[in-house]
Amino acid sequence: MPTLSDVTTPETILSNDEILRYSRHLIMPEVGMEGQRKLKAAKVLCIGAGGLGSPLALYLTAAGVGTLGIVDFDVVDYTNLQRQIIHTTADVGRKKLDSAADKLKAINPFLNLRTFDMKLTSANALDLFREFDIVADGTDNFPTRYLVNDACVLTGKPNVYGSIFRFEGQASVFATADGPCYRCLYPEPPPPGLVPSCAEGGVLGILPGLIGVIQATETIKLILGQGDSLAGRLLLVDALGMKFRELKLRKNPDCPVCGTHRTITGLIDYDRFCGIRGQEAAPATGGNLSEISVEELKKKLDNKDDIFILDVREPHEYQICSLNGYLIPLGDLPKRISELDSSREIVAHCKMGGRSAKAVAFLQQSGFTKVHNLTGGITAWAERIDTKMPKY
Amino acid sequence: MPQIQIPSPLRQYAGKQASVNVPAKTVGEALVSLVSQHPELKRHLYNDDGKLRAFVNVYVNDEDMRYLQKEATALKDGDTISIVPSIAGGRCAAI
Repeated sequence: MPTLSDVTTPETILSNDEILRYSRHLIMPEVGMEGQRKLKAAKVLCIGAGGLGSPLALYLTAAGVGTLGIVDFDVVDYTNLQRQIIHTTADVGRKKLDSAADKLKAINPFLNLRTFDMKLTSANALDLFREFDIVADGTDNFPTRYLVNDACVLTGKPNVYGSIFRFEGQASVFATADGPCYRCLYPEPPPPGLVPSCAEGGVLGILPGLIGVIQATETIKLILGQGDSLAGRLLLVDALGMKFRELKLRKNPDCPVCGTHRTITGLIDYDRFCGIRGQEAAPATGGNLSEISVEELKKKLDNKDDIFILDVREPHEYQICSLNGYLIPLGDLPKRISELDSSREIVAHCKMGGRSAKAVAFLQQSGFTKVHNLTGGITAWAERIDTKMPKY
Repeated sequence: MPQIQIPSPLRQYAGKQASVNVPAKTVGEALVSLVSQHPELKRHLYNDDGKLRAFVNVYVNDEDMRYLQKEATALKDGDTISIVPSIAGGRCAAI
């Protein structure tokens, strides 16, 4: 954390332009000249320039945080634009760091922006975190969350946490001097098989805005030393019910990274810890799963072969695009299995091939022998057979 | 009757309900009642050894049951039990 001695150095003296820019801060006693100089002296590292990172970086920059670091290696994609408001349509295909840098410099030319075009790893996290005062976690996956947490605990940097899923969000401040860390709350990640799939995923576009702004607020409060921080509290946001609740968080004395008998004293292999090998790969199923390519399926359909297409996606996905298959969402398959004729040749598909692989494995266990999984799902069909079909 | 709040990732295994009333005197009884009403929830809440999964936290009102009497924590009318699983973000995992 920046100390008062940092604030009194000549580098934090505000120019007349800065005084005018920050006047609505300066006239509030909670910020004032001293607070604004603390903001100028502060160094905040933002992990990710995506949904949470967008509002975080925009507001911290506007507020006058002196040094902002951003770690990201991703490229702007069309599907990002629904929520990642730092990027525009014209930025699609550009590096998120370049896109973000343009907006942030346009908002506040006084910002010292440091961009790190890399994946945060166990090899680089500790050295990077040591150069900053506060880390704001805007990541979207479990391995990086545990990595950020452990690196914050090990370097003594507060971890301003936010997480989102569909209509719900969580926010807190972890790894302060006496407060709990993310592992105190969740000692272990969910196994990959229980992580929500395409069908259950998705996020309301405003939600990262709501949670990211809460993270920015907590970051600024930590810098100013004002107010009651979320350390020791987990804020739950339900946007659908528009309910804000808070739960008590306690430091777990048995926590492996911040407890009294620590077993984790350095960074570990977080992909292994989270049970993930190549996050993009479809999960392994039984082994002898019968697969069919979209090209083979097209050929069979053109030949008028008797093929029963089973679509195991959700009804709202069917509305986006379909292969005119028979719709039974994966979750309903066990109770609706009697609707299927095991004597016919069945091709099961979903969006990418993961859920339908589960469906095929289930049907095989239930005695179906002529059932195949469409490799790559309807997305592969849209890419290689019917390029006019929308992708989602 | 105490009420269990179901988080949105798990609602699909609980008949799409946001909350379920459970006739129970302890947290343990409440969870048993929930899982018997909605058997599909079981593998999401418990591991193969029948223990609550480490990424699923259970709160009684605003307090973590790990710091109360765990499953033996007594419930009274009007208590709210919250199941709070860890969430990581909106990325679509290909499963």
